[in-house]
Amino acid sequence: MIRFVGVRLFHAAFVMLAVSLIAFSLFRFVGDPIAQMVGTETSIEDQERLREQLGLNDSLPEQFGRFVGDLVRGDFGFSFRTREPIGEMIVARLPATLELSLVSLLLSLVIGIPAGAYTAIRNKSPGATAVLLVSLVGVSVPTFVIGIALIYVFGVELGWLPTFGRGETVAIGWWTTGLATLSGLKAIIMPAATLAVYQLTLTMRLVRSEMLEVMRSDHIRFAEARGLSHGTIHYRHGLRGTLVPVVTIVGLQFGGIIAFSIVTESVFQWPGMGLLFLESIRFVDIPVMSVYLVIVAALFVLINLIVDITYFLIDPRIRVRAREG
Amino acid sequence: MASLARRWRDFTLNNEIVYLWLRAPAAQIATLVATVLIAATLAAPLVAPTDPFDLATFSILDSFVPPVWTDGGDPRFILGTDDQGRDLLSSILYGARLSILVGAAAIAFAVVIGVSLGMIAGYFGGWLDTVIMRVADVQLSLPAIMTALLIDGVARGILPAARHDDLMFYVLVGAIGLSLWVNFARTARASTLVERGKEYVQAAEILGVGRFRILLTHILPNIRGPIMVIMTVDLAVAILLEATLSFLGVGVPASQPSLGTLIRIGNDYIFSGEWWVVAFPALTLIVLIISVNVVGDFLRDALNPKLR
Repeated sequence: MIRFVGVRLFHAAFVMLAVSLIAFSLFRFVGDPIAQMVGTETSIEDQERLREQLGLNDSLPEQFGRFVGDLVRGDFGFSFRTREPIGEMIVARLPATLELSLVSLLLSLVIGIPAGAYTAIRNKSPGATAVLLVSLVGVSVPTFVIGIALIYVFGVELGWLPTFGRGETVAIGWWTTGLATLSGLKAIIMPAATLAVYQLTLTMRLVRSEMLEVMRSDHIRFAEARGLSHGTIHYRHGLRGTLVPVVTIVGLQFGGIIAFSIVTESVFQWPGMGLLFLESIRFVDIPVMSVYLVIVAALFVLINLIVDITYFLIDPRIRVRAREG
Repeated sequence: MASLARRWRDFTLNNEIVYLWLRAPAAQIATLVATVLIAATLAAPLVAPTDPFDLATFSILDSFVPPVWTDGGDPRFILGTDDQGRDLLSSILYGARLSILVGAAAIAFAVVIGVSLGMIAGYFGGWLDTVIMRVADVQLSLPAIMTALLIDGVARGILPAARHDDLMFYVLVGAIGLSLWVNFARTARASTLVERGKEYVQAAEILGVGRFRILLTHILPNIRGPIMVIMTVDLAVAILLEATLSFLGVGVPASQPSLGTLIRIGNDYIFSGEWWVVAFPALTLIVLIISVNVVGDFLRDALNPKLR
């Protein structure tokens, strides 16, 4: 166990180092940081002094070491565009993205797992075929088109739900939540649904294919031979066997959700990190881009680490392999 | 001399994919739809009623004409017009053309990079294999849309702002291609590993054929099946990526709108009731992606012996 976690931690550290190197080269080599910081009327001497002060004349390994050190201490530098400290910008927007991601993850699991199980158990029935057909649409319709369609129907035509923003938020310490007010809850429905559609179809298809395999295995046949009821067979023996991969799905989906939250936040003007990242791309705000990259990579690595360890704990086969290898 | 009908029968019976295709109505419809759409868009300059990029052909007086079958429609504009008075049908044809061109070019780019790296990794093995596949693993943990956005953003930083509009096509192709190469590399590597041990490769090696020549003329023709499947499946992904980037405003310049740009423009008018400006480009995009997806799924199943 300790060795397994140790190896995983080493991998995680390696990935984070590689990502910081990319972020550092972005920051250092894409455009001249000094030219971005000062106005045109600053003299060459002043620019040189600033360059010296910021340590941009030191050797590259030294600069990289300082860059990583600053990141670890949580000092993310300043945005070229707004001149605000990036740390504060991120902290202000992180809750919005995390709430949106968690709600849509929940939606996709709560709908996707039962739907996947249903299509596997009633394989080839009209109902299951219909669900699969709808899921094909779910993979093929772009996220932003779903968002626009929802806005048109529920925001413009029916006028039931707000079409942009988070609604009223309540501050709990540094965390602002939209889940505690009615307008906040109403505002999260459409973005979360938009974000969930694609993930939902993925979950459904994965659970379905896993379940189809489990239903063919010997222990299910044995359960049938024992004369157990279909409900017991399907849900206690069949679905349970498929739940192990679901842990991985959650891990994989988290990456997709963070990535597609950029699109969803853009459609609904949701004030989260994705919108911040998008603005930084549009305005070539390199420091914000590189910090976003590092933070998202850290989130991914953390989630993958948790998934790996959970997998290790619930799947005995991996434990055996780790002991042998 | 065998009659034409008989030759056709032999062809359909001997070629597995054609045989299966003739028995899969969904794949037939999808192929038809995709072919018609792609042909119509490639021939856009010939079939489109007007040239949406030519400022002389449209007038602001014609702005927001609804589709022809609704009240206030104008027979000149079958699907209506946008905020500038441009014929929507023409814009869609030209826009889809750009979307398909970017998607196809990006896939070609991804195939060249992915297949050559994958074949090198599979054939030579050793540290080359380790390095290439490690990079692929790390990239695979980032979703393609994120990689594409990052490369797009970096390119914007490096390139001079004045030339952005001219270069965006290449930036997009590069960004999308670089975010999709991993699939090709993994498939090419796995197939190359299998082929490498076969007698014909050993025979070529003993005859002293150069290693890159073996890769190109002996192994490549034998691994193209799975690669072609991924090309079809990923074409839909590439078109979707392009549309998403353009929708987010970091894709092709607004003067030469792709389907994604048209949807972004139309999105501004849904609140005022001009639904057609966004609905028809979106519908075209969806139909295009679904039909390419269905063809891709069919090819994947047809070439996968496990499923038969």
